[in-house]
Amino acid sequence: MFRLSAIPLDAAALRRELAHPQAGAFASFEGRVRDHNDGQAVVMLEYEAFAALAEKEGARVVAEAREKFPLLQALCVHRTGRLQAGELAVWIGVLAAHRAAAFDACRYIIDEAKTRVPVWKKEHYAGGASLWINAATRGESASSSPPELH
Amino acid sequence: MKKVRVQYFALLREQRGQTGESLATAAGTPSELYAELRARHGFTLPAERLRVAVNDEFAAWDVPLRDGDALAFIPPVAGG
Repeated sequence: MFRLSAIPLDAAALRRELAHPQAGAFASFEGRVRDHNDGQAVVMLEYEAFAALAEKEGARVVAEAREKFPLLQALCVHRTGRLQAGELAVWIGVLAAHRAAAFDACRYIIDEAKTRVPVWKKEHYAGGASLWINAATRGESASSSPPELH
Repeated sequence: MKKVRVQYFALLREQRGQTGESLATAAGTPSELYAELRARHGFTLPAERLRVAVNDEFAAWDVPLRDGDALAFIPPVAGG
């Protein structure tokens, strides 16, 4: 299961959504907002989603994980809106009979979600500049040039 | 001319200054439509960096556009 959330993620509440009598392993991944990126102080992050397609593609990623690994349950929730440093941006939890499948499935879901689900991240820096991550174009490089001013 | 709806997200939304628009176009494919809109609005991202969705599903750049289609041009994603 995959969903977007416009409100803060509560990891303890999300974990309670997963329960299965055959589960011997629970693994989770939490993506949190860093207070820096490429040497710049990040004061705020903005996540924007193409909701209709993000929910479909996110659900496909989770379904693939369930086909590849023997899981009992899997859940991935991604934030939208404005987030401060330290806040949860994404929460993934899986239940399996054994730990290997649980660890591997968490890794699979976050890796695929990051590259396929239509969600965008804009970083706002201490100096007032901001940058859409991964959207640098010719003459710019997301990793080496200063953020463009918007 | 076909009437289509286009949604904009992230960098494209900012460069267009709005979240979407309805327009009439002679473009036959999403590829042709993006070229037309890029020329009109000065989008910095080349089509090679984008994916396209038609009616809320990923689509190929060369599918025929139909009257009433809803398109979205998808900048490089950055979730997580």
